[in-house]
Amino acid sequence: MPVSLKNEAAIAGIGVTEFTKNSGVSELSLAAQCVVAACDDAGVDPGDIDGLVSFTLDSTDEIELARAVGAGDLTFYSKINYGGGAAVGTIAQAAMAVATGQASNVVCYRAMNGRSGKRMGQGISGDIISSDIIHWSWYMAYGMLNPGSWIAMIANKYMHKYGVTREDLGRVAISQRTHALRNPRAFGYGKPLSMEQYLEAPVIAHPLCLFDFCQETDGGCAILVTSVERALELKQKPAVIRGVTQASTRGQEQMTSFYREELESLPEMELAAARVYAMAGLGPDDIDAACLYDAFTSEIIMQLESFGFCGRGEGKDMVRDGALDIDGRLPNNTHGGLISEAYIHGINNIAEGVRLIRGESTGQPSKAVEHVLVSSGVGVPTGAMILGQA
Amino acid sequence: MTEYARIKPPLGHDNAWWWEMADKGKLGIQRCLGCKTLRHPPRPMCGECRSMEWDAVESSGRGVICSYTILTHPKFPGYEYPLIIILVDLEEGTRMTSQLVDCQPDEVDFDLPVEMVIHEDPDGFRLPVFRLRSAD
Repeated sequence: MPVSLKNEAAIAGIGVTEFTKNSGVSELSLAAQCVVAACDDAGVDPGDIDGLVSFTLDSTDEIELARAVGAGDLTFYSKINYGGGAAVGTIAQAAMAVATGQASNVVCYRAMNGRSGKRMGQGISGDIISSDIIHWSWYMAYGMLNPGSWIAMIANKYMHKYGVTREDLGRVAISQRTHALRNPRAFGYGKPLSMEQYLEAPVIAHPLCLFDFCQETDGGCAILVTSVERALELKQKPAVIRGVTQASTRGQEQMTSFYREELESLPEMELAAARVYAMAGLGPDDIDAACLYDAFTSEIIMQLESFGFCGRGEGKDMVRDGALDIDGRLPNNTHGGLISEAYIHGINNIAEGVRLIRGESTGQPSKAVEHVLVSSGVGVPTGAMILGQA
Repeated sequence: MTEYARIKPPLGHDNAWWWEMADKGKLGIQRCLGCKTLRHPPRPMCGECRSMEWDAVESSGRGVICSYTILTHPKFPGYEYPLIIILVDLEEGTRMTSQLVDCQPDEVDFDLPVEMVIHEDPDGFRLPVFRLRSAD
């Protein structure tokens, strides 16, 4: 009998730091702040944390964090690879640890000086010989050095095949900026975006322009995972994990899966979709809102297809119908997302998924929200999660 | 050696041979000696038959543009912008990432035929790039 993670764990606390362009503090400081904030949110003493999960890209080691927040015995710790692809993967690790008794209060965190320190957009260099660096070697000499260039190659092909226009990408950017106008934490708070502004913005990597790119942010975000039983005794309404998975598929590369026969779909996201729907016993029609990973606008339209909200090539039609807006079929990234709230590598999208389940989002739809879908990084080994009510 | 040269590919067991072929003016494709499958980017083992025996064949250098992007920002030292990056479907059936040269940004499009030429930097580094060719 296979062990399922359905209803085995819940998110009991979320914590964020202020999101800025120059924090003036160390990444360890940001990590400690957001982890304690997640514990406070849940009503858990940070000394009771016994599991920690983060990203391989995160500079804060688990024990550095544990000493900073005064945690005691740790019985589970791990880090997940592949940038934003790790986001939901950290929750999968935490849920497995909780379900199997390896730990009872697991905190997933990501803290980064993503603007004032190491910027993701700075891309790759050739310092260390590893299998991953040999992979990047095929792009360095040609000047294909950063995420915008890699995603643009897929986006251009996808848009060409299905007649997706720059206006369609603009609709995604504007929808998420409109959500951010209600969210005081967001970069986009107080900064409305019009289609005219969008279309006039400089193109950076054809067909992607400035507003198709996510933010670069200094900040941290932490998620506390525990058992459903324990979560029900804590301060907040639990967001129960109905299904969660990691996903990588044949021919997978990190950002540059250019050698598969078809480039106009996201096979790893389709795998994630099939697995979370099967684990949860749910389908696309059961999903009321989403926090789809959005380092770039094009990724949102493609994921609408990966997760079966529409057929191949129909993502643009959903966007044109206003599906992503607060009163639409699938309100998406109601905090503004990575594009208009902050870029904390997708962990802040998980926090928003929890707020939607609690009914506490600044962009809370008027309809009932029973289930929220959250995804990890696009174009990398990824993952997805469905959150539900206790 | 100019101060601003393009980033050189880090070389290891699994890729150095390809760049050595490029330095000799040839576009290489790795071929499995077990099942004859061509593969790119190169890897130490064949994903089809798990053979670790391989050799390299020389590509005709002809192909068509599968996808492209035109990079304008940020401008890294050692590269010329706007920088046109293409995915090329080679006649032999493999796909590779490269640069399109001698072409204006408004001329590039999907499915255009291209051919390989060797570009040499002022510092002597050589790499295969592509230019548009007339259809067969």
